[in-house]
Amino acid sequence: MKLSSFTDCIIKNNAIFKQMLGLCPTLAVTTTLINGLGMGFATTFVLVCSNTVVSSVKRFIPAKVRIPAYIVIIASFVTVVDLFMNAYTHELHKVLGLFIPLIVVNCIVLGRAESFASKNGVLDSLLDGLGNGLGFTLALCVLASVREVLGSGSLLGFSITGGVVPPVILFVLPPGAFIALGFLMAGYNWLRRRTEV
Amino acid sequence: MEYVLLFVSAALVNNLVLNRFWGICPFIGVSKSFDAAYGMSAAVLFVMCVSSVVTWLINGLLLVPYGLGYLQTVVFILVIASLVQFVEMVTEKTSPELYAALGIFLPLITTNCAVFGVSLINIQQGLGFVKMLIFTFGSAIGFGLALVLFAGLRERLLFSDVPKAFKGAPVAFITAGILALAFMGFSGLTK
Repeated sequence: MKLSSFTDCIIKNNAIFKQMLGLCPTLAVTTTLINGLGMGFATTFVLVCSNTVVSSVKRFIPAKVRIPAYIVIIASFVTVVDLFMNAYTHELHKVLGLFIPLIVVNCIVLGRAESFASKNGVLDSLLDGLGNGLGFTLALCVLASVREVLGSGSLLGFSITGGVVPPVILFVLPPGAFIALGFLMAGYNWLRRRTEV
Repeated sequence: MEYVLLFVSAALVNNLVLNRFWGICPFIGVSKSFDAAYGMSAAVLFVMCVSSVVTWLINGLLLVPYGLGYLQTVVFILVIASLVQFVEMVTEKTSPELYAALGIFLPLITTNCAVFGVSLINIQQGLGFVKMLIFTFGSAIGFGLALVLFAGLRERLLFSDVPKAFKGAPVAFITAGILALAFMGFSGLTK
């Protein structure tokens, strides 16, 4: 796999901003940067593992039952992440709550298994999973930073505005998630158009 | 009265899409036309109710008594995936009209996190059977309401003059934000 296609996964074909996959966790957990990071890494782990396993067993899975088979593989890794986070990062696990099991239905994971891992070699699939996972994490972090700074005036728990500028609480509430993502997407489109012309 | 409050809370106050962010993918994906939005809402209502009942029973009768709670994720998603397949086959045989209307939306529901999420939250809240049904029904109605409202807004958006960078998804998200803001007005209805 070429290096360029690895970086393409991260920026050019960004899972969230370009392909618009996996939006549910994106909007829901990005109230603070630490939540965004936790969710991003959990999803990246599942993506890398499921891509690797799907690509290594692809010859033994009949085409007709491939989707349920992929879902079982993905669900097993999600269960691993769920139990692991519950044991070692209990606070984060409590905040992310139901969105950890919901990684199963994150379209990015099934989408990469179906469109990439089922057709390519093990190493390429691993890198593809890593690239897409990092792209997803990056987008989560950008959105989470914007929301945390605007919504609570802090970043990673440290106060930034120092209480001088009152926080716009709207941005930690659900409507703020939609609005912030809308503006970030517009910014992404604008930047891409300028660099491509 | 308790049941009415539960229904209102599930459908309006804690709206699936606009408050919990479940099922955003179909919310953005199939809201380009009114008809598609109706079809998707009906399909979700149907599958959500059936899958909630089945997963609730499996959890109560199999997983909990045998101490297999950690298998929840794997079992539930398998149940939903096979159920969707089954529903698709049954509607195709028994009522071709319904199949023609819902057909293309059914496979999409497998990866709709709203269905899976509602099954999980039913268990987590420890609801009884009747309350679980009302909660599920209310949630599905809330999903349909948000989807149909949003489809109407998007049909109007097509004809409006939007800055180039905002065309398509970005302006749709901002519109959804304003819709969510409107739905926050319901939050005084229940405790």
